[in-house]
Amino acid sequence: MKPNNVILQTVTQVAVFIIFTFSIYLFMNGHHNPGGGFIGGLSTAAAIVLLYLSFGIEKVRENIRIDYKKLAAVGVFIAVGTGLAGVIFGQPFLTQIFGHVQLPIFGDTELASALVFDTGVALAVIGTAVNIILSICEDR
Amino acid sequence: MATFYIFMFLPFFSALLVPFLYKYLNRQIHTGWFVLLAPLSILIYLLQYIPSIAAGETYKFTLSWIPTLGIDITTYVDGLALLFGLLISGVGALVIVYSIFYMSKGREALHHFYVYLLLFMGAMLGLVFSDHLLVLYGFWELTSVSSFLLIAYWYERKSSRQGALKAMLITVIGGFGMLAGFIMLIMMGDTYSIREIIAQVDVIQQHSLFIPAMLCILLGAFTKSAQFPFGIWLPDAMEAPTPVSSYLHSATMVKAGIYLVARMTPIFGGSSVWFWLVAGVGIITLLYGSLSALRQTDLKALLAYSTISQLGLIMSLLGVGSLAVYFGPGEQGTVFTVATFAALFHLFNHSTFKGSLFMVVGIIDHETGKRDVRYLGGLMQVMPITFTIAMIGAFSMAGLPPFNGFLSKEMFFGAVTELAHVSTFGLESIGILFPIIAWVASIFTFVYCMIFVFKTFGGKYHPEKLTRKVHEASLGMLFAPMVLGLLVVLIFFFPNVLGKYILAPALTSVLPMMPVTAYDLKISAWHGFNMELLMTIGVVVIGFLLFKSAKRWVRVIRNYPQELTLTHLYNIALPAMEKGAASLTNRYMTGSLRHYLSYIFSFFVMLLLGSLLLLYGIQFDFSNNASISLFDVGLVLVMIIAALTVLFTNHRVVAIVALGAVGYMVSMFFVIFRAPDLALTQMVVETVTTVLFLLCFYHLPKLKKDIERIPFKLTNLIISLAVGLTVTILALSANGHKLFEPITSFFENAFELAGAKNIVNAILVDFRGFDTMLEISVLAIAGLGVYVLIHQRSKRREHDETE
Repeated sequence: MKPNNVILQTVTQVAVFIIFTFSIYLFMNGHHNPGGGFIGGLSTAAAIVLLYLSFGIEKVRENIRIDYKKLAAVGVFIAVGTGLAGVIFGQPFLTQIFGHVQLPIFGDTELASALVFDTGVALAVIGTAVNIILSICEDR
Repeated sequence: MATFYIFMFLPFFSALLVPFLYKYLNRQIHTGWFVLLAPLSILIYLLQYIPSIAAGETYKFTLSWIPTLGIDITTYVDGLALLFGLLISGVGALVIVYSIFYMSKGREALHHFYVYLLLFMGAMLGLVFSDHLLVLYGFWELTSVSSFLLIAYWYERKSSRQGALKAMLITVIGGFGMLAGFIMLIMMGDTYSIREIIAQVDVIQQHSLFIPAMLCILLGAFTKSAQFPFGIWLPDAMEAPTPVSSYLHSATMVKAGIYLVARMTPIFGGSSVWFWLVAGVGIITLLYGSLSALRQTDLKALLAYSTISQLGLIMSLLGVGSLAVYFGPGEQGTVFTVATFAALFHLFNHSTFKGSLFMVVGIIDHETGKRDVRYLGGLMQVMPITFTIAMIGAFSMAGLPPFNGFLSKEMFFGAVTELAHVSTFGLESIGILFPIIAWVASIFTFVYCMIFVFKTFGGKYHPEKLTRKVHEASLGMLFAPMVLGLLVVLIFFFPNVLGKYILAPALTSVLPMMPVTAYDLKISAWHGFNMELLMTIGVVVIGFLLFKSAKRWVRVIRNYPQELTLTHLYNIALPAMEKGAASLTNRYMTGSLRHYLSYIFSFFVMLLLGSLLLLYGIQFDFSNNASISLFDVGLVLVMIIAALTVLFTNHRVVAIVALGAVGYMVSMFFVIFRAPDLALTQMVVETVTTVLFLLCFYHLPKLKKDIERIPFKLTNLIISLAVGLTVTILALSANGHKLFEPITSFFENAFELAGAKNIVNAILVDFRGFDTMLEISVLAIAGLGVYVLIHQRSKRREHDETE
């Protein structure tokens, strides 16, 4: 008999959004407040793991078609790529720039190339963490 | 100058050509004929130097090699180098002529043989002409290597390989010793040139490295020249083809040590250590070699021991001659100058007669198939020419007139009897031993020379004992020993030609400080009815009686137990060393990670605690410490309890949970020490690792799952306590000593420089983004590693199931 997971699944459906939002908050906020790519990535991974726990590996895999190994590789690639961007403009490797831009909706916004680097960090962390856990889970 | 180098390196160039000649022309012409051109042309070229060198000139050439390090192929042509150069090229040419008839054209790998031989010849020439110490060492090792290759020429034989290995080990050990000695010399003289070192010998003799350098260099010379107790490799090297034995192990390589001692005499001579070592070891080798030669029944082994013995004679003469440096010019100095002269003279003589004797043995071996005296006898009628040559060589070795060995033996007796009159270096008490030992050893030399001649050629002919039909050797094979035998006789009748043109200039280079007059160095066959002649007559009379009664007493020497020989010592020492090394390695390389960890930690403690104690590093300074709050005390207590739980629990799950508790406590510490980023990360990471631990626990195999407490071990406790103590002391000592201002103030400008209010994040992604980049790479690699490990294993499992 299949166990009934209605409560778990319902709560997960709500909670995952909260966790996702929180992790994006952590990630975006990292520049000025506690948070950043690493912890943001880890909490995103936590949300994904929660999805796997509630709905099973097969179902989640059907809906989120991401190869986490490739995700980790893309993350590392982005991080190295931001470093190379500085080199193209004649700066030392991994030179970060930042500036204030007027955006239509957000108004005066600070944009920093460090955010791109952080994205790489976050993707690498998500990819690795989920990859490890999935690998172990599939090892039956 | 260029001409000289062309001739010096000619053997190497020819060695390059030999394989081609062998491949394309050996069918028609024996490769040796082409090889012969090299030593012949060198000999002819070197002969041109004789007049000018005899007139007192010397030549110095420099060929740049590594100029930035001051290493050049500097050569110095003087009397001593020329004497050796002539011997090497002359005997080399004769040996190659001999080998053309000795080595079969069809059966032997001649291209190997001649390449090695030419390499050796080139190395030997380089050795004697080098003035640069390091280049000399390079050629020295090249002689060791090429002689190794030559000894193991018939590499299918086990005894050849063993002999080669033994020779290699012993001579290379000596070579390394010599290198150390050379380096010390270079340090003392601040130059690489032997000439320049000799020029500042006064400074060097006062130096503290003088004696160590001397000992190291003598080690090299003694191992190469087969002196006691390093001579054991020479008899085993007799496994080489006879031309090799004749060339390397009688005429040239074993004289390299003699050359070195002669070269270094101006530097070290005059010191009592040098005298006692060189003369003492030489005279012991003389006695040891002549006694051991009596035990041999194999002709080649007999000659090997006689070579050792004769080298000891030359060495002791060089030692005695070094007294000339001590006494300086004057009457007593002149006496010992003559000793050095005798050494050089006997060196030359030995090369001639020993070369011919080895070739004779080769001929006997070649014609009869045996070289054991027990099978041979009565060859006199069958091989008259060989017999004549053998007799000339052996009588010369025994020191009989009218052969050149008589002259040098007389001079040897003259030199050692002179020692009894010297009242320095402690010679007044035991100086009399030298002539006695020399005389006794000469008697034994006489006896084994007679055994060599009359056991082989005299007595009855036993064709039934021999496998082949015996007849006289071909003229080509007899040519080389005939030339050498002729030299032996010629030198007896005209010794002063050799003395004036070759030996006197060589003497000048060994003892540059001594004024040499022609009168002192006049070699005469008859110099009155004196002590030396009496000694020689005694040698002949007693030696003859001993030879006649040899049947009765030689058995005593032959029965000398094999267990007490140096060779036996070597034979048991080598496996014992291997066994010792293996057992030592097995003792600490147990394969247990636990043991390796305890070594690592023990050394960690010893090094750190040791240096802390020795360098007075333990200084506590708590003045800058912050005050401790109640929170801190509480957290520390919880942590200690959790840590102790990990240690003393007997359930894995409890240990895992307690470890998690420690981790969460750490994250609480991050909170109260105001590190929110760290606290967040620590919290999540701790959770993940705890979960992973639980996964590992779940997957432990069912069998042998004995859940029990960690067994108590006292050493582990001591080591872990010591490590903890060391780290604590180190941290506390380091804490109170801030030598520089921290660079935190720079990072406080994070907002201006990086546009970030979060300093930690600014450091991670901006100031030191490189670290972060590599850390996420590490993470990604770890993830891939886990993936690969697991999938490889499950793939293998599937593979196994399908089979």
